[in-house]
Amino acid sequence: MSTPALVTRALSKSFGSLAVTQNVEITVPHGARYALIGPNGAGKTTLINLMTGLIKPDLGSILLNGEDISALEPDARVKRGLTRTFQINQLFPNLSALEAVTLAVLERQRTSGVWWRRLPAFGAAIEEAHAILQSLRFGSDTERVTRELPYGRQRLLEIALALATKPKILLLDEPAAGVPKDESAELFQAIAALPSDITVLFIEHDMDLVFRFASRIIVLVAGAVLVEGTPAEISADPRVREVYLGKGHRHG
Amino acid sequence: MTIAAPPYSLVAAFAERSRWRAIETVLWLCALLPFWLAPTHLQLASQIAITALFAISLDLILGYAGIVSMGHAAFFGLGAYTAGILSVKLGWGEPISGLLIAGLVAGIGGYLSSLVVCRFRHLALIMITLGIGVMLHEIANTSHGLTGGADGLQGIRTWKFLGVWSLDIYGYVAYSYALIVLFACFLVARRIVQSPFGLALKGIRENALRMPAIGAPSQSHLRKIYTIAAVMAGMAGAVLAQTTETVSLEVLSFQRSADVLVMLILGGTGRLYGGMIGAVIYMLARDHLSGLNPQYWYFWIGLLLIAVVTLLPNGILGGLARVRALNWIREMRLMPRRRAA
Ligand SMILES: Nc1ncnc2c1ncn2[C@@H]1O[C@H](COP(=O)(O)OP(=O)(O)OP(=O)(O)O)[C@@H](O)[C@H]1O
Ligand SMILES: [Mg+2]
Repeated sequence: MSTPALVTRALSKSFGSLAVTQNVEITVPHGARYALIGPNGAGKTTLINLMTGLIKPDLGSILLNGEDISALEPDARVKRGLTRTFQINQLFPNLSALEAVTLAVLERQRTSGVWWRRLPAFGAAIEEAHAILQSLRFGSDTERVTRELPYGRQRLLEIALALATKPKILLLDEPAAGVPKDESAELFQAIAALPSDITVLFIEHDMDLVFRFASRIIVLVAGAVLVEGTPAEISADPRVREVYLGKGHRHG
Repeated sequence: MTIAAPPYSLVAAFAERSRWRAIETVLWLCALLPFWLAPTHLQLASQIAITALFAISLDLILGYAGIVSMGHAAFFGLGAYTAGILSVKLGWGEPISGLLIAGLVAGIGGYLSSLVVCRFRHLALIMITLGIGVMLHEIANTSHGLTGGADGLQGIRTWKFLGVWSLDIYGYVAYSYALIVLFACFLVARRIVQSPFGLALKGIRENALRMPAIGAPSQSHLRKIYTIAAVMAGMAGAVLAQTTETVSLEVLSFQRSADVLVMLILGGTGRLYGGMIGAVIYMLARDHLSGLNPQYWYFWIGLLLIAVVTLLPNGILGGLARVRALNWIREMRLMPRRRAA
């Protein structure tokens, strides 16, 4: 396929005097599994915020399937197929997991404005939500309120909410953040099992996971792309070793 | 890992949650008791029903969408003045059409203000709603020719209801009318909170930041519920104007906005019945206590408010629900096992 799924052109953003994104040019082809790595504070989350429209860039543009989406609001970008998850849980504490995912399904179907019919009439949406949760092996307590769920389940729910939007491109901001190591591998297996037509860009600190699940890696340092390449190229790159691997950087 | 429940039972669980319960029938039947138990207090009962409707309209935006409004009386007053002016200036006193027109005017006012209000959250939002309320009050105060200003709007004539029943001094017709409008609006509100739209509102209340990230047009959801709430508040105001045949500036006062907020918080937000129970307790207490000592009654309301928000953060109804939830949680624990079997 010729048109890449996601392109950023000369993307730049400063918070005051701090340049968190500096002339970032990224091209992610369809169906790719990209990892975005870099030390703490490198501007990885900010880059996702810019792509999804949560913050506006000072300069530059974002192209989705060749179409400039820079002027679109975040919800409109999701409707075009660009969805993210959050590094720090952004869930609905008093909704059950099933209700939350059902809500996301209904929003995608544009039936969330219907106020004259009761929810049980939307059985297909509820069943789809349930199927999404089960595809992530969420388990049985889909009807428990979110705030009572164990942290690992909450991380799964983060991803389930994103999947319910039927993304073409999925941006995962440290999906396994705070999850024990054995569980995080399991979580990444679920991500790897996603349909191959979904393009995935994920942020992850654990190098083992990055090398296992990414086809290509982008290294971001101090807001700028340091280098991009295959896992083999990245692990051999002396600059990357110096700023990142050399320190033996590991995250929980 | 337990075996996942088959989807059909999940739909059934959604249906179970929105089922009409026996206790609801009992509560609504209780609303009929004043006809027999307090036939001399039907005017008060009618005021309570009107206030309960006003509280439900506030609950829709506060309890479900998380919009804290300090100027909700703006729409109550718009409805009251619309119904009043229809009769006094245009000579149209037919109550049902008057009610609908008042709802329409309040709804238009609600939609226009929602264009500003729904862009903001937190303190800014509270101040904007307050500002709109105060402005409207002042406009009504100075538009003497239209509203009667501080003297109030006199000379409203409400025609016979359905061409049959005219208002009586005891308030039989007034209370019947107020109760019917309350019940009809309650059914609409109940349907809204159990709909996909209601779920979206809860989503905004629970996490406004996440909503756009699942593709939700939060702004338009908020404008919609704000408009619907304004319509209901306007209808409550219209019923007051029509049944008392006067409108005073008080319908637009900050006091009224603050009172309804207090009632709703006392009763419990986000459960429709909370606002109604809050209205009953508040109005009965005011009627009783202000008879004993008019100046002192707000002291007790203040104390009650502090007690409720510190001891029962989810209001009186929330406190009651917690007791019942204990049983419910016990059932929930058993459920997965029962399903897997
Ligand atoms: N809204 C903001 N206002 C001011 N500074 C910000 C804002 N958001 C982020 N920053 C700063 O920008 C820098 C990059 O932050 P960002 O969250 O993008 O880093 P990150 O690469 O995701 O780091 P981590 O690995 O810790 O998640 C940090 O120094 C952060 O303090
Ligand atoms: Mg980050």
